[in-house]
Amino acid sequence: MGAAEKLTVAPRALPEGQGVWAQTAREDAAARLSAMGMPVRRDEYWKYTNPLSLTEEVAPAAEVFSSDEAPIFDDIDTLSIVFVDGVFDADASDDLVLEGLEISRLADAAQADIHWAKDLYGVLENNGQNPVHRPLAAANTAFATDGVLIRATAKVSKPVQVTYLHKSDTSDAILHHVVRVDDGAEMTLIENGPAAARFNQVLEVDVADRAAFHHVRAQGRDHARRAVTHIFTRLGTESTFKSFTLTANGVLTRNECIMELTGDDAIAHVAGAAVGDGDFHHDDTVFITHDAENCESRQVFKKVLRNGATGVFQGKILVKEGAQKTDGYQISQALLLDGDSQFLAKPELEIYADDVACSHGSTSGAIDEDALFYLRSRGVPEAQAQNLLVLAFLGEALEEIDNDDLAAELLGRLEAWFERRSS
Amino acid sequence: MLEIKNLHVQLEDEDKQILKGVDLTVEAGKVHAIMGPNGSGKSTLSYVLSGKDGYEVTDGEAALDGVDLLDLDAEERAAAGLFLAFQYPVEIPGVGNMTFLRTAVNAQRKARGEEEMSAGDFLKLVRAKAKSLKIDADMLKRPVNVGFSGGEKKRNEILQMAMLEPKMCILDETDSGLDVDAMKLVAEGVNALRSEGRSFLVITHYQRLLDHIKPDVVHIMANGRIIKTGGPELALEVENNGYADLLAEVA
Ligand SMILES: Nc1ncnc2c1ncn2[C@@H]1O[C@H](COP(=O)(O)OP(=O)(O)OP(=O)(O)O)[C@@H](O)[C@H]1O
Ligand SMILES: [Mg+2]
Repeated sequence: MGAAEKLTVAPRALPEGQGVWAQTAREDAAARLSAMGMPVRRDEYWKYTNPLSLTEEVAPAAEVFSSDEAPIFDDIDTLSIVFVDGVFDADASDDLVLEGLEISRLADAAQADIHWAKDLYGVLENNGQNPVHRPLAAANTAFATDGVLIRATAKVSKPVQVTYLHKSDTSDAILHHVVRVDDGAEMTLIENGPAAARFNQVLEVDVADRAAFHHVRAQGRDHARRAVTHIFTRLGTESTFKSFTLTANGVLTRNECIMELTGDDAIAHVAGAAVGDGDFHHDDTVFITHDAENCESRQVFKKVLRNGATGVFQGKILVKEGAQKTDGYQISQALLLDGDSQFLAKPELEIYADDVACSHGSTSGAIDEDALFYLRSRGVPEAQAQNLLVLAFLGEALEEIDNDDLAAELLGRLEAWFERRSS
Repeated sequence: MLEIKNLHVQLEDEDKQILKGVDLTVEAGKVHAIMGPNGSGKSTLSYVLSGKDGYEVTDGEAALDGVDLLDLDAEERAAAGLFLAFQYPVEIPGVGNMTFLRTAVNAQRKARGEEEMSAGDFLKLVRAKAKSLKIDADMLKRPVNVGFSGGEKKRNEILQMAMLEPKMCILDETDSGLDVDAMKLVAEGVNALRSEGRSFLVITHYQRLLDHIKPDVVHIMANGRIIKTGGPELALEVENNGYADLLAEVA
């Protein structure tokens, strides 16, 4: 199949009225995409996940899920930004003002002639196109209709929260966010919600020297929704990047995280807990490049799968020549609650430095029957005992969240998810 | 209290008979000991009584205060007052010991229609009981049995027993792996629980434990049956002469 033929699967027009910087970035991305073509099942990188429903012209419909649960993170004081099916909701959002932050919408900034995000928008995405192509991210840079551009210049007092509501069964949203955390600054970004029937999202994060970026995300519970997300991050000297994602439900989710440690003594952690029941396919794909000395990277991914759900993990640590004293850790584990569910994992290490400590492990298994019996023999009913063990299994991933309030909130959601299934 | 009649048990997966007609009655308030060669079926008996999967009862019955145990799920047997201190306590990574204890105590209370214990009351109780077993705060916080030494695991079993206050306690080789001092602690823990309404079935290989926990009755199990029942002197006989004579008697 030729590149041009492949591209016809995304016949979108570039947004109009763009400023020079945005126009250039979008045209470059469109050219990249055109050269790469959209992903197809035959691509090695898509061996375990069929990209078809992410690339076809019309998004498959996804019924809006309604629940009487309070919205997640409701009690947490944040600067709140709301998108409904990918469209900014000014009434529901706070004013985009907070000390230590410069925030603007991509839709506005892209129309300006110049914007600080010009050095990052599509730039980190482009850097992440090697050695593996990520065409859906290039498509996002080209066609994103909106997003948030955040620059942190100091330690910010409260998190920025982006909520993605899903109200139309047929929505197809493309959002692109850019975050720049300046030298010594620190901020937390929270994301939550299903966003749309189909959601393509890119988050580019530039973490400057001594800066820290925390990210906690809860992808919405809508069963039929589809999402492909990419995080591209670049870390400077002594900087910190920590990201955690909870995924419960969703017929198809592909979360890619591409991290590049470019300054010495940086720390990059990415973690996720995914729970799926039935028609659920969840793919975590991570690529970490160590290109500086004495850096630490950590990947912790846990999945609990039942009734034929599928989990995928593709994780690679690349340690470049000269990235001495690298400490790389990767673990991906699935708990299969029945024989119909499956976990497909491809952990990889590629190391060109001689003084490094990298470890990786991947397991999938059933619930520990001895532990289950031990709990039951103490009087804990089977369903409750099973939930206790499942949450214990997910615990190692949840421990990656530094903020206790956010972690408690996520744990509560997970408990509820399992309790609903065991009653 | 506990009445076992003609209990026949085989493995579910294999055509292998392990218990071949066990008869055993433990009266309320009594301590019975079971001794017997390795592989004679002592642990199997304790597992079958507490409801572990993988065994098939082909004949016989077992009742606790008249309630048919074999019909109940493991958790129901626990709520009915049965407790097994495991020969090999299970490690549960990710579940804190304290959470585990509290969940168990409250689950049993709930099953019996009692009110749950408040966090404050629970904490007070567990601290007091842990202290008497020399279980420190750190062990209470750590995941259940993970990284515990052999002796610590056994003390942790007794702590669970003390918290759950069962009426029928089965101790499967609780003495193995214990140093001399720990054995005393455990025995004191058990003796503190002795009461008119509570019975014990103590599985052990050694007279040592029985010096501290004085049994009323001693049974010898061999090849899936109780082959002899007697008083405390039977344990001494085993200690001195081994099982050869006893086995020869029944052969
Ligand atoms: N799940 C099983 N699969 C296969 N064999 C089993 C199983 N459970 C028990 N057995 C066998 O049944 C017999 C009785 O085992 P059990 O553990 O009850 O003995 P025991 O009297 O407790 O021995 P010990 O004094 O060594 O603890 C042994 O031969 C053992 O190998
Ligand atoms: Mg045994």
